[in-house]
Amino acid sequence: MTTVLQAENISIQFGGLMAVSSFNMELQEGELVGLIGPNGAGKTTIFNMLTGIHKPTSGRILVQSRNGGQRNIEKLQPYQITSLGVARTFQNIRLFKNLSVLDNVRIANHFNAQYKSIHAILRLPLFYQEEKRIYEYNMELLKLFKLEQKCNELAKNLPYGEQRKLEIVRALATKPHTLLLDEPAAGMNPQETKELMELIKSIKEQFDLTILLIEHDMNLVMGICERIIVLDYGRVIAQGKPAEITRNPMVIKAYLGKEMEHDA
Amino acid sequence: MQNERLKRTIISIILLVLVSVFLNVLVAMRIIDEYTTQVLTIGAINVIVALGLNLISGFTGQLALGHAGFMAVGAYTTAALVMKLGFPIFPAIFAGGLVSALFGFLIGLPTLRLRGDYLAIVTLGFGEIIRVIMINLAEITGGPAGLKGIPPFTNNFFWRPVVSFGIVYLFLVLVVFLISNLLKSSPGCAIVSIREDEIAANAMGINVFYYKMFAFTLSAFIAGLGGGLYAPFFGYLNPNMFTFLKSVEFLIIVVLGGMGNITGTVLAGFGLTYLQEFLRFLQDYRLVIYPLILIVLMLFQPSGLMGLFGNREFSLTGLAEQINQALFRKSPAEKAGDK
Repeated sequence: MTTVLQAENISIQFGGLMAVSSFNMELQEGELVGLIGPNGAGKTTIFNMLTGIHKPTSGRILVQSRNGGQRNIEKLQPYQITSLGVARTFQNIRLFKNLSVLDNVRIANHFNAQYKSIHAILRLPLFYQEEKRIYEYNMELLKLFKLEQKCNELAKNLPYGEQRKLEIVRALATKPHTLLLDEPAAGMNPQETKELMELIKSIKEQFDLTILLIEHDMNLVMGICERIIVLDYGRVIAQGKPAEITRNPMVIKAYLGKEMEHDA
Repeated sequence: MQNERLKRTIISIILLVLVSVFLNVLVAMRIIDEYTTQVLTIGAINVIVALGLNLISGFTGQLALGHAGFMAVGAYTTAALVMKLGFPIFPAIFAGGLVSALFGFLIGLPTLRLRGDYLAIVTLGFGEIIRVIMINLAEITGGPAGLKGIPPFTNNFFWRPVVSFGIVYLFLVLVVFLISNLLKSSPGCAIVSIREDEIAANAMGINVFYYKMFAFTLSAFIAGLGGGLYAPFFGYLNPNMFTFLKSVEFLIIVVLGGMGNITGTVLAGFGLTYLQEFLRFLQDYRLVIYPLILIVLMLFQPSGLMGLFGNREFSLTGLAEQINQALFRKSPAEKAGDK
């Protein structure tokens, strides 16, 4: 087992607010880990640090690069981290709304495209070759998610569930080894959530992914995660297997607000 | 499929050549009179600069308000190179574009790192600074009195409008070709994704700053080319030709045609230039027309002219494909066989 993503003591401060303090995490290759916690616990902030949108105030983040070595990423830009193989989706869907479904996925292929602007402007053979390869790869991905019929529709015209799916397809098109999903089931009904669970499991196998997901839907989290990290007020309060987590008094307190005996 | 593409390309080229020759013959034979030719030439120059502006404001989503400044840099550079250093005209026009691109690069370097309207403010300032510098740099620019006697494209008085039109038209075709080919490619998609959502684009592996710089520098280059064409065409330059109002004129062309639509910019550019000439009898009141157009547009059709057509682009290859189908009529079964 190799560690694909490792956070060492990362903290971030926004003004006087310590949003996340001394967060530690190791993702092993092929794991499916859930990150849960009440609203405002700092889950998305951690995602933003892992993907370079926020720079941690202190601490180190290490990512396994595509050729094997470990890279420090806390100073890198988001696009550089993506090219190392860490892709993400967003809690509030961030598709390119006015572009077609296919173009949305196509953009994620950009840093893999082996031609330069000059090839495109002069329409050299390399341009056609690469565009064909990218097109075929994207259509394959879309087929997997049953979106190939809608490839020419504008992203904003898709129903909500499919927009969520398209975000996952787009992230996959960057050929990541680690996928960070920020509330993939938000706004889905139980049936859709169940389908999504199956889908996450199957893409994990098919693409050899390591997945870290934030989710509020406990059925989903308990159903598919092998390990769960619970966060409250920017600190890890518990981690372990789903069954252990549900029994942990700290977790119950954080979620239900139950007072512990000696506090009363 | 390779074969089909070749066929389409050949038909496109033939179409383009036919239309170009037809237009230029009309001009040369004075079927389009000299006055209209002049208006068309100015229109084409306006379209070139507006296309440059559309690249950064319409496609990349970064508002720029100083394209008259870039045009001025191109125009004065070209004029100075031809008059002082004796450059031939074409290298001088390209040099005008390059110097303008250099300015774009230097302005973009600090401002494009930021998100939001900073570029608009900085380019606004740039346009004014350039104008003031041009007024005070009298040795090169002739100062406020203007620069007279810029050598035209040809010294033959009779053929001058025809040659000017032909050259400007050629440049317009090249610029349209450059921008549309760029935008239909992966780097073009990267540029448009920045307009759609900068954070998502970054997370999808797009180097946002690089592509903003790329689009802005190219945009300044194209505006500089427009200026470089303007100098020998008009033969006279004055700093007050390149005021803030001129920049706004380009913005109006882009907005009227539809932000992020090449076809719209071309149509609106020629349309507005013609309208401006057509309305000369209104004297200064015609300046009221522009703002009026803007107000009406924002109220009823904020996505611009081409927004009425779903923001689609005119496609030469699409037309070629239709002609191809019509010429070598095929049954659907055969077509399926091609794929």
